[in-house]
Amino acid sequence: MEKKIYTISVYTENNIGLLNRISAIFLKRHINIESFSTSESEIKNVFRFVIVVKMTADKVVKIVKQIEKQIDVIKAYYHTDDETIFQENALYKVKSSALFEERQIQNIIKDSHSNIVTVSPEFFVIELTGFRSETEKLRVELEPYGLLQFVRSGRISVTKAKMGISEILNTFKNNK
Amino acid sequence: MVDRNANENMNNSTSKLLNISGAEAVIRCLLEEEANLVYGYPGGAIMPIYDEIFKFQDQLHHVLTRHEQGATHAAQGFARTSGKVGVALATSGPGATNLVTGIADAQIDSTPMVCITGQVASNLLGSDAFQETDIIGISTPVTKWNYQITKAAEIPEIMAKAFYIARSGRPGPVLIDITKDAQFEFFDFSYKKCDGIRSYQPYPNLSMEAVDKAVELISQAKKPLVVWGQGIILGKAEEEFKTFLEKSGIPAVWTILGLSALATDHPSNRGMVGMHGNYAPNLLTNECDVLIAIGMRFDDRVTGDLTTYAKQAKIIHLELDAAEINKNVIADVVLHADCKHSLQALNDRIAEKKYPKWIRRFDQLDAIEQEKVIHSDLNPTKPGLTMGEAIAMINKHSKGDAVIVTDVGQHQMVACRYAKFNQSKSNVTSGGLGTMGFALPAAIGAKMGAMDREVVAVIGDGGYQMTIQELGTIFQQQVAVKIVVLNNDFLGMVRQWQQLFFDKRYASTEMVNPDFVTIAKGFKIEARRVKERKDLNEVVKEMMSSDKPYFLEVCVEKEDNVFPMIPTGASVSDIRLE
Repeated sequence: MEKKIYTISVYTENNIGLLNRISAIFLKRHINIESFSTSESEIKNVFRFVIVVKMTADKVVKIVKQIEKQIDVIKAYYHTDDETIFQENALYKVKSSALFEERQIQNIIKDSHSNIVTVSPEFFVIELTGFRSETEKLRVELEPYGLLQFVRSGRISVTKAKMGISEILNTFKNNK
Repeated sequence: MVDRNANENMNNSTSKLLNISGAEAVIRCLLEEEANLVYGYPGGAIMPIYDEIFKFQDQLHHVLTRHEQGATHAAQGFARTSGKVGVALATSGPGATNLVTGIADAQIDSTPMVCITGQVASNLLGSDAFQETDIIGISTPVTKWNYQITKAAEIPEIMAKAFYIARSGRPGPVLIDITKDAQFEFFDFSYKKCDGIRSYQPYPNLSMEAVDKAVELISQAKKPLVVWGQGIILGKAEEEFKTFLEKSGIPAVWTILGLSALATDHPSNRGMVGMHGNYAPNLLTNECDVLIAIGMRFDDRVTGDLTTYAKQAKIIHLELDAAEINKNVIADVVLHADCKHSLQALNDRIAEKKYPKWIRRFDQLDAIEQEKVIHSDLNPTKPGLTMGEAIAMINKHSKGDAVIVTDVGQHQMVACRYAKFNQSKSNVTSGGLGTMGFALPAAIGAKMGAMDREVVAVIGDGGYQMTIQELGTIFQQQVAVKIVVLNNDFLGMVRQWQQLFFDKRYASTEMVNPDFVTIAKGFKIEARRVKERKDLNEVVKEMMSSDKPYFLEVCVEKEDNVFPMIPTGASVSDIRLE
């Protein structure tokens, strides 16, 4: 079976140790996590993990069930790229002299639609939000000018289809 | 100072107490959950709780095991025979890490257990303090849930959740780690039992559409087969299960943990599936047209090679845990619910039927196994004793009423194949994890969980020495368990594999054993050794009629093998009889 990129979205309670518990599920099965991010979701005190993995369809179903089995997990889903809207965020730190001495760098920044976050006498920082290919392209282009630091976030994603976590929480309340 | 009695009188009916310590609260929580029997081992970080155990000794019985692993297995044994949640206590650091094997065993065998560990004071967390270890991190992959308490006020709610999670749905182990300062801290206690957690829905609603599909498949079946597991016992569905079998007329076979859910001599009971299971159940798995799996998870030791497992059959899977559905075997119909409900629904809808021709297939294959394996196991003509005849002798004197606790290896397979059971919750063994050393401490708990029953631990000479120190617990507590060591001076199962698959290179499997009888006598336990067939009956009779702990060493044939056998990775159809 062919391996594909899947985005796993996990809605959880806000408990210490849950990150460990979820990552342990991947570790036990020797699965590499491509990217991982977490934040509070649209519901107060409900957190959302966005985990990107490359695996076969039958395996992703099983792993999502294992995640959902954890006590503090409210619901877990998996989606393919065309079912989600997703972005990554990258920061690039470059020495300021490059900005003034190399005319070309200004064009690179302009063409990439990135934003300058801060400029100081020693360095400046630009930010780009987009697909992996876009942030990666900019990294490659800036490298010759001396990238002092580069960092890229994990994928964040929302689904095209409705998630309905509030409804699920309501049914849970009624079941109780 | 708090006057505990005054406090109690004031709040008699509400489970509220003003200004008590976290440590006392832990004991109060245990009593609220009717967990008045706990196994454990004290140490620095859990001393405040032990101090309360001392004060509450008239209400809470603490059993001091000789190693923390023993406490977990004892708690497991207790849970398995009583159906209640077992409790184990340990201190931080090594005390906590010593629990891990028992926790992993309880996780894979779905045993309800709450472990409570002491932890260094919260201001020392992460400082590599004396006996500090990250037991939350360590136990995460092998617990159903775990939680670290750093404030006394958290204790009632977390303890209530711990017991609820451990026993509900598919049961499992929960570990609660309590920092020493939280044990000392005073707070106003009130207790409310947990009746639900919003992110945890342990009992899904049964789909009646699925029930109808299952009924249809069953009604069309010509050669149906039931494979049942521990779900029947955990779901307290023994009666519904028996009704289902008697009404449907379907022959039924069991996994090792399903054993004893149906009496051995019930006509529908056709034996064990899996690596050392019976001949007919394994072969006919690949002949049946509908396979009804009830409360079992298609473990690799049951299925062998999955690509050739029951491919001809429609599969109906009765399963509570969503993660087990379509995990190893894709089911045609899934009844995702507690099997007690699923079976009730089926019983209301299925027709009474009989399958005489199909049943004859079992009889034919049973006759082959009887001739090639069972007869020589139970009626050997060679001088050396067999494990099988030792088990048969226990049957003779227990009349099938005893709880049999087994360890892991050849003796376990032989005991499960030949032991007779009349009632449920009678087979206590380490199935999924295969934990050598399980049986002796588990037998302690099994007996304390079913005091009116005879408990016989059947153990190999290898596993016995892994937790032999628990003889001390048996001695101190005077737990009237019967310990039978089937001694072949080998790690028998590994030796068997070495013989069959590694050209008889017996690497590190021969055991030079001590005098087990003398060791037992050192613990003031009555002990006998049997080497000859003529003595077996009389000694087993003496053991079974004793009302005290009793040790029996049976010296068996050194190089006997357990058959039938499905080699690892082979198909259930490739089962070997010799």
